[in-house]
Amino acid sequence: MLNPHLNLSPKIFDQDVEKKATRDGFGKALVELGEANKDVVVLTGDLSESTRTDGFAKKFPERFFECGVAEQNMAAIAAGLSEGGKIPFISSYATFSPGKNWETIRTTIIYNQANVKIAGHHAGIMTGPDGATHQATEDIAITRPWPGIIVFVPCDAVEAKKTTIEAGRIKGPVYLRYSRDKSPIITTEETPFESGKVQTFWTSESPQVSIFATGYILYHALLAAKELEEEGIKTLVLNVATIKPADEKGILSAVKETGAVVTVEDHQVAGGLGGLIAEILAKNMPAPIEFIGLQDTFAESGKPDELIEKYGMGKNSIKEAVKKVISRK
Amino acid sequence: MGELSEEKLKDLEVKANKIRQLIIEMLVEAGSGHSAGPLGMADIFTAFYFHILNHDPKNPDMPDRDRLILSNGHIVPVRYATMALAGYFPIEELKTLRKINSRLQGHPHAASLPGLETTSGPLGEGLSQAIGIALAAKLDGKKFQVYCITSDGEHQEGNTWEAIMFAGKYKVNIINVIDRNNIQIDGNTENIMPLEPLKEKYEAFNWHVVEVDGNDIKAFIEAVEEAKKIIDKPVFILTNTVPGKGVSFMENDYTWHGKPPTKEEAEKAMTELKQLATSG
Repeated sequence: MLNPHLNLSPKIFDQDVEKKATRDGFGKALVELGEANKDVVVLTGDLSESTRTDGFAKKFPERFFECGVAEQNMAAIAAGLSEGGKIPFISSYATFSPGKNWETIRTTIIYNQANVKIAGHHAGIMTGPDGATHQATEDIAITRPWPGIIVFVPCDAVEAKKTTIEAGRIKGPVYLRYSRDKSPIITTEETPFESGKVQTFWTSESPQVSIFATGYILYHALLAAKELEEEGIKTLVLNVATIKPADEKGILSAVKETGAVVTVEDHQVAGGLGGLIAEILAKNMPAPIEFIGLQDTFAESGKPDELIEKYGMGKNSIKEAVKKVISRK
Repeated sequence: MGELSEEKLKDLEVKANKIRQLIIEMLVEAGSGHSAGPLGMADIFTAFYFHILNHDPKNPDMPDRDRLILSNGHIVPVRYATMALAGYFPIEELKTLRKINSRLQGHPHAASLPGLETTSGPLGEGLSQAIGIALAAKLDGKKFQVYCITSDGEHQEGNTWEAIMFAGKYKVNIINVIDRNNIQIDGNTENIMPLEPLKEKYEAFNWHVVEVDGNDIKAFIEAVEEAKKIIDKPVFILTNTVPGKGVSFMENDYTWHGKPPTKEEAEKAMTELKQLATSG
């Protein structure tokens, strides 16, 4: 059942569940941050509307910098602004930033622990019809190894707003991962956001498998958990909104309870959430694990739901992975 | 910036020679590093640290200090030598360059040594960072001057032109000093990837351009004075320098871009530099 202590949305499993894009939560939070702190500045690379920085730009034009299609310049200017005491948010598609400008971020932001927030949008294959060029499916893998960075992947628009506000509070570099399309609202304003902690969204008595999910695709894991329970298979579903620093304690404690793991992410399984959980388990508590995500391939154009189905990330694939991992116990 | 008397100029030239000697000593001790660029830029660094910049070696984080951003981080030995001579840290520490547990990283790391301002080495990123610092200063109504030093080779990086375009658009109050020494690690710039006409290119991007001999301290200081008067445009100081300046067998030879002298070569270089100091 849904964890009764987290004030999750009671409408999660309804047909008419409310849907919003995580990027909308980002845009709203930016305006709030701008109002609360005059040092917050925003930069974009010709993507103000689609990365939702336009609201901030309208309200605080003197603190908004349109960099044009030049992501390396945007990142290094942000490093300079941070050196000058500002709190810059840079915003683009994740394939371009932190993709195209990866080394610029590494040298000028991460190595200096600059107070820059990197917002990577259009993450995952759910970016849809734009095709694989614009679907960021390696961004967790390329940001996670950076020393000193914090990586947030919110599961819905409500949590996206909270992670953005939290990023503004943190002193130092933060990577924020957002998705393009609308996805179901899972949490509520009252759901506590705990930076650096995994949260159990679905609980069972004597669970057999721990399902770790990150981002909007957590919804599909919850759908799977509900149907599995009806079939008599008990699971835990954990929301991993903070990829780094990893909540080793929370992750190990959930695996100790079940002894088997399924990871779920809209990202390459190598280097992402699956890689992270595997690293932690291998070091502390080896257990069978199945990986849901992009399996060493690029996706293609299509509707998000079609792509999630074709590339094996949906409810049915998660259910199969749970059954498979139980058989490996 | 104070007045430049004859005695002051003479003193600056002596200091530039001393800095060149320190560079040779550092590089031979380190056993790796870049020779030509640091030697070529010794006059400009001397002019900055001993005449142009508003700074305090005992208080490197002074809020209203002028900012000197070094984009082509590989010439950092000249910055380390100049900073040591200016009193930022003991001259003896120069011998730790590129060694373990040193504050003097092979390429500059801001957090390792107070006074460096930024981290650099990967080319093409310094001008953007300098622009960011200038934008923050403008938002806060601060009046300090932001200078950036770039190499000619890094004008082959797309990022450099992104920054030039941005500064032209936003009329950023910044002075970019290029070390136009015509060499890079694989050869002469105009053979590797032609950059000319640089002056016209900058002008087309809405920058004001001043051209000067970068090994003439007096002329360079006058060029900076002129540049500081321009407030409605970013300024590009095209400083023509001689790579390896002061060491005859290194001058204008691109093979000295990325290697240190051997012990014998260092001795020869030191003899030449000491002769220049007494004859000059």
